[in-house]
Amino acid sequence: VKIFTNNIKNKLILCGVVASLAIAAVCLSSRPSQAQGGSNVMLIKNATILTITKGTIQHGSILVRNGKIAEVGANVAAPAGANVIDATGLFVMPGIIDCHSHIAIEGGVNEGSVSDSSMANIADVLNPADPDIYRDLAGGVTVANVLHGSANAIGGQTIVIKLRWGANADGLVFQGALPGIKFALGENPKRSNNPNIPGQVRRYPESRLGVEDVIRQSFTEAVAYKKEWDDYNSAKSAGKTNLIPPRRDLRLDPLVEVLEGKRYVHSHCYRADEILMLLRVSDEFHFKVRTLQHVLEGYKVAKELAAYGVGASTFSDWWSYKQEAWDAIPYNAAIMTQKGVIVSINSDDAEEAQHLNQEAAKTIKYGGMTPEQAIKMVTINPAIQLGIDKQVGSIEVGKDADFVIYNHDPLSVYAVPQKTIIDGKIYFDRDKDIAGRADLAKEKQTLMDKERPATGGRGGGRGGRGPGGEGSSIQDQEK
Amino acid sequence: MQSRGVRRILPALAVAACAIFVFAIYSTRHVRADEPPYFAIKGARIVPVSGPPIANGTIVISKGVIQSVGANVSIPPEARVIDGTGLTIYPGLIDAGTDVGLGAPVVAAAAAGGRGGGGGGGGRGAATPGLLNSRGPEDRPATTPWDFAADMLKSDDARIATWRGGGFTTALVMPRNGFFPGQGAVVDFGEGDRAEGMVVKPVAALPINLNGGRGEYQGFPSALMGDLSYVRQVFIDAQWYQQAQSAYDANPKGNQRPMYDRTDVVVAQAIGNKELVLWPGNTEVDIERALKMAPTLGVRWALTGAQEGYAIPDAIAAAKVPVFININWPAAGQGGGGGRGGGGGFGGGGDQGDTLRTLRFRDRAPSTPAKLNAAGVKFVFMSEGTGTPKDVLRNVAKSIAAGLPADAALRALTLGAAEILGVSDRIGSIEPGKIANLVVTDGDIFADATNVKWIFVDGKMYAAPPVVEAPAGGGGRGGRGGAPGGADITGTWTLTYSVQGATQESTAALTMGADGNITGTMSSQMGTVQITRGHMNGNQFTLSISVPANGQTLDIDMSGTLNGNTLSGSMNVMGQSLDFTGRRPGSNGDEAGSGYEVRQ
Repeated sequence: VKIFTNNIKNKLILCGVVASLAIAAVCLSSRPSQAQGGSNVMLIKNATILTITKGTIQHGSILVRNGKIAEVGANVAAPAGANVIDATGLFVMPGIIDCHSHIAIEGGVNEGSVSDSSMANIADVLNPADPDIYRDLAGGVTVANVLHGSANAIGGQTIVIKLRWGANADGLVFQGALPGIKFALGENPKRSNNPNIPGQVRRYPESRLGVEDVIRQSFTEAVAYKKEWDDYNSAKSAGKTNLIPPRRDLRLDPLVEVLEGKRYVHSHCYRADEILMLLRVSDEFHFKVRTLQHVLEGYKVAKELAAYGVGASTFSDWWSYKQEAWDAIPYNAAIMTQKGVIVSINSDDAEEAQHLNQEAAKTIKYGGMTPEQAIKMVTINPAIQLGIDKQVGSIEVGKDADFVIYNHDPLSVYAVPQKTIIDGKIYFDRDKDIAGRADLAKEKQTLMDKERPATGGRGGGRGGRGPGGEGSSIQDQEK
Repeated sequence: MQSRGVRRILPALAVAACAIFVFAIYSTRHVRADEPPYFAIKGARIVPVSGPPIANGTIVISKGVIQSVGANVSIPPEARVIDGTGLTIYPGLIDAGTDVGLGAPVVAAAAAGGRGGGGGGGGRGAATPGLLNSRGPEDRPATTPWDFAADMLKSDDARIATWRGGGFTTALVMPRNGFFPGQGAVVDFGEGDRAEGMVVKPVAALPINLNGGRGEYQGFPSALMGDLSYVRQVFIDAQWYQQAQSAYDANPKGNQRPMYDRTDVVVAQAIGNKELVLWPGNTEVDIERALKMAPTLGVRWALTGAQEGYAIPDAIAAAKVPVFININWPAAGQGGGGGRGGGGGFGGGGDQGDTLRTLRFRDRAPSTPAKLNAAGVKFVFMSEGTGTPKDVLRNVAKSIAAGLPADAALRALTLGAAEILGVSDRIGSIEPGKIANLVVTDGDIFADATNVKWIFVDGKMYAAPPVVEAPAGGGGRGGRGGAPGGADITGTWTLTYSVQGATQESTAALTMGADGNITGTMSSQMGTVQITRGHMNGNQFTLSISVPANGQTLDIDMSGTLNGNTLSGSMNVMGQSLDFTGRRPGSNGDEAGSGYEVRQ
């Protein structure tokens, strides 16, 4: 979580300057256009291919059939009818996987009214029309782990999506990826940095002890609830009649799934002590924490994390924006990696997601990661953390054809995504985007002109901020 | 010299205008107190909707019911005969979603503190606690399914006459506030000593509201995902309660009794009665969400809103459910469609003005009825916050211009609506035996120049009031009469209130119609929004706005008292109450129209 107004402001300015072109195009786009590419066969040829798991291939080609990688190598022939992309001088790597994202959520990122909002399900409120999806695509991201904010100890049900801009909510879902649940520890769930709302009874908890208590309480209830159902089901199958079934509780259902290993736990955390607390609580209730998110003091307990087998998804170099972030260091990712933890670098932010390649590159400077290790932190490592490494995260035969094509080495500050491809379809094409802007601007002008006579007398009331409004959802987002 | 003369004459003119105006208002009351219960309108063009139009026909009305219709109908001697030459008679129009008839919108009772509720999560099924301190579904926040519109009707709601005067004889009237605001009734907009006399079908629909996020910490549920889980939990609970209660009744010994819950009981009854659950979905994303979720509830349901339905008519058709289209088409300066079924509009686009997406939405929304009609969807129109009945007809005309056949439009406003509301055996068309709800016009009902001449509701004849146009601009219009005996809130107001110790100001440019309805805009640093609904009753006013904030929509209800050029009252943002005061700068002289001076 970063709640640091100045930094956000700076980011917005940066965003405005650096990405103004892309942003302008995105703000104009309305109903997302469908991905391009009619052919089921695509050949990307003569590229520098960063396979991630099998080295780098110079002047190589990738053949894609029906959305899957069919061949990779130096000599791949183009079948008849293939859509050939000449990538001479370009770099191809697997699509970036953002293990911590808040994009494409409609109507509020937090159900912040309660400390356990497990019943709140991101899948219910996916917004496929959120322009941030397209912005992320323009930054080479193809998969995002969409999470609640961190207002509650247990935030609710999460989902992994592919950024198939133009698909509907169901079409975004990464089929086969296990759903998750978001936990949060520390200052945010105990509301340390938030003013009380007048007239509202202050929400429990107000301490880290209380956060632990909320989690323990919820799982105690979930265990009892599970037993209730197990007893009911066995009585029913034993032929008993006139049974009163337990009342189905949408808050406890997902926690039972956690207990049964059907749902991953992704927990927002900062401090070493609370991290160890959560791992102990999970042992007590016999469930596994899949990833620790942000985990800025992970370097202090890296050995323990490696021993437990939990993934760590962190920032490159954000720190000191609140008390629990004072001890953060940019060497965090590298130290945890060296101690054997699977580490990913996440965005937590729609703007940050546009240059995760550069965020990963920072681990080379801070901690001496190799370029391969660095790129893994935004590709195969988050895939492993999300349990989707059989499908995505590297360029290997049989995997999903999710790529980003850069004009430079992806770890270079000059690298700009040219095309972003998911399941063998082009969802972002920089040239086409730029070429299409004039038409969109014209359409916009035409519609505005059409409205003018009707609204002329109204004094031009403007409709507030919307999905395209820069900074529209910063204040309360609380990532 | 000339100007002096004009100046002298102006007040007199204004007084005269005022007098005519007041007279006109009173003439809208039904024609004669002792009018005969028998009417015959002859020589008119009759559009029965249930059959082909009759070019030159007669309708006989007897004791509130249509006795006969046709080209050759004998007129009983006791009937009062009305010459319909040059006129057209339609079935009374049906508004399939409004709160007209419930009196001025009531500020949610949940404001400030709440009643009881017993802290700590004890009282499931207890009185609804203040939403701000609601801590879970067990608190049943903003949930009052036991509020029946049929029991809440106020025959003195001035808006009834306005809507009737515009040709709307019948409406699905629904309580407005909350996730389960109550149950809707089919109501005839007539006049009578008892409001109960207006009810045609007391229980007709169970509307659901999703607030789409109103501040993420404002008591459960506060985000859209919380709203959705909450509403779903209530349906699960209601069904469970019924199942558990009957299992317990069959075998109470040794079993724990299910806890009584008023919400569960009432919702279970509605489900058992196959009552129509109205699930909102206005944008394409909302609609797809509705199409996915509502069928999982195990209820008979209909989609409301549907303004972006033009994008996915086939998906809507595949659901095989009726659609209540919010005819309050999105307009510039509005966050999106207001009210129930609205709520999911798009905000504008920050510094660049409205986004292309928003512009497309506004441009294409009126094509939705045509697209749904072509896809075979059954649909009706709900006025939901549309300013006047004439505006509704104009908005329908926009849809006709966008390809909706006029007869399909008329059907949606009459027999089609009656069918979906389950009352087509008694209203919706001009057929012998049906309730005599008629609208008599001097031309095609959708033509802008057409005037309503008379309206019949339950066989009673009403003269149409003069059409009062909603003003186009916020400027002070002079020469207004104001509501009979009421204060006029028209003007530009500065509203002052305090948020967490900081004083804030908003500007409200308001215009009040003769029926007491208030239109206009409200501006703050968050932008300018239109008043979604407003009403003046005596010197008491209510105003509602929807403010886009952080990509969400905040519904704000205000109420208070007008006293000369000052206002005081409170605003309610779903459970949180905030006091405000207002003043009308420059109102004592130059800025105000002459209307203020003439008023008593």
